[in-house]
Amino acid sequence: MTIYEQRGTLEGLTVAMVGDITYSRTARSNIWGLKKLGAHVIVCGPSTLVSNAWEDFGVEVSHSLDDIIPRCDVLNLLRIQFERQYTRPFPSVREYAFLYGMNRKRMERAKDDILIMAPGPINRGVEITPDVADGPHSVILHQVTNGIAVRMAALYLTTSTNEQA
Amino acid sequence: MADLIIRNGRIIDPSQSLDEVADLLISDGKIAGIGNSFKQNDPGIEEIDGTGKIVAPGLVDAHVQLREPGFEEDETIASGTAAAINGGFTSIACLPNTSPTTDTQAQVQFIQQKASQADNCHVFVIACVSKNREGQELAELGILTQAGAVAFSDAPSPLQKTDLFRRALEYSRMFDVPVLDHPEMPELSQSGIMHSGAISMVLGLSGMHPDSEELATGRDLRLAETTGARLHLMDISTEGSVELIRRAKGRGVNVTSEVCIANLHLTDEVMRTFDSNYKVNPPLRSQAHIDACIAGLQDGTIDVITSGHAPRASEKKMTELDRAPFGMSQIELTLGLAITHLVSPGHIDFPTLIGKLSTNPARALRLDKGTLKTGAAADITIIDPDVVWEVDSSNFESLSTNTPFNGLSLTGRADAVIVDGIIKLRR
Repeated sequence: MTIYEQRGTLEGLTVAMVGDITYSRTARSNIWGLKKLGAHVIVCGPSTLVSNAWEDFGVEVSHSLDDIIPRCDVLNLLRIQFERQYTRPFPSVREYAFLYGMNRKRMERAKDDILIMAPGPINRGVEITPDVADGPHSVILHQVTNGIAVRMAALYLTTSTNEQA
Repeated sequence: MADLIIRNGRIIDPSQSLDEVADLLISDGKIAGIGNSFKQNDPGIEEIDGTGKIVAPGLVDAHVQLREPGFEEDETIASGTAAAINGGFTSIACLPNTSPTTDTQAQVQFIQQKASQADNCHVFVIACVSKNREGQELAELGILTQAGAVAFSDAPSPLQKTDLFRRALEYSRMFDVPVLDHPEMPELSQSGIMHSGAISMVLGLSGMHPDSEELATGRDLRLAETTGARLHLMDISTEGSVELIRRAKGRGVNVTSEVCIANLHLTDEVMRTFDSNYKVNPPLRSQAHIDACIAGLQDGTIDVITSGHAPRASEKKMTELDRAPFGMSQIELTLGLAITHLVSPGHIDFPTLIGKLSTNPARALRLDKGTLKTGAAADITIIDPDVVWEVDSSNFESLSTNTPFNGLSLTGRADAVIVDGIIKLRR
């Protein structure tokens, strides 16, 4: 919804979800919606959190954020779901940020009109640095607002009676 | 333009399936060409007569303990690299069993800096796969790769925890760096000091059963197969392991393997001497296991021969067998032992040997070495295949003389060693 508001369409956009795909609910719902609306979806993250099996669903798999940055119209930076992980899938937060943290330096290689998104809450300094999270490309707060509307709509549709809807 | 010509040597380069008598031209630290028509006796060009010698791509040892920092009584980076040159090696990969262990950028760079100051051979760093080599948590493979580590391992210790090993393979896959494991299940071998068999029974010494190695080999191969990661199995010593690797390679598993030179010619019979210099891990096994390892070399199941260089100060070895550390100071003897025990009896020929000691280890670790192709760095080992010489550890460059081979006669050794076009050794 946020991408649609900003761009008017999803057709032909390259949207990357970066980070903890394995433990993410956001990724699982977004992937299907984005694909249905015509976007090219990339899932990107450490090989311990991003299975190559996603390729079977028509999704591009990458393990290097630096490789894909120049091609992306939208980056959705997922939070590391520490609470859901039984074992540490990567060596340290420091290494994660080193490989996948979106920062000013990486922004320099991005498209001029890139949209920076995050489902929230965000871990500042891990998947995204504060200057990027609060920067001009960030639509994170729109996303939060829209998230409320979408959730309200979903609740309404699932709890109300058929004839009403 | 040329700086150096090696005349009339038998040039063997497995990377281009080359085996011919020719001249090798070196210019600006690089291989400039191989041919027969280079001008005679140009005064500006240094010449080495290679007649009767083998001219090979610089030997690469994928498995060396340098012991610095932390155990400078055994070896330093300067002494270990000097020993490597003396043994004919132009590149070595060093294990992370130092103190502190090689699990930070700073440690990787310390080794690189010391190696560069010593200015002997090239040193490639194998960093820890687990933090502090404790086998509990993954080390920062990404940051360490960036710092220059070429591979990851907890060797000489095995990586015991299966879930960590699986994660290490999965995680390493994205950097395309190999994980090296010393396959051993310690619960089946701990307290063992030699091969478990008839000899250990007679001597009353506790044994290390082949099961310990083979179960770990099987596990490692299985995980390499399911993750698609690059696995390098170190220290193969049993018939069963060789067969498991053979079958895995047949299925297309991304695996390379190595055997230490000691496990290719010494049997457990030598333990009757109670000489702690024979105490190595993997242990010296029976002839049947040696034969299987040699068959593995012949059919390509085993890619690499290493020195397994494990220098240990004599005061550590001069103790009860139970308490003595494992290891032999081997890097200066490996080439001679291999020619004497593998080539002379006809088990393998020289091109195969050069492959196992240079081209293959370079490939296993993805090093830009092990070749005499034009434009490659001029790392060259000139081998005298016929010289007969006697081992005398007092001549070792290694600080450690833990060898049982003093007085032994060997055939073949490095006659000259060239690193980046610079002659580092000339006998």
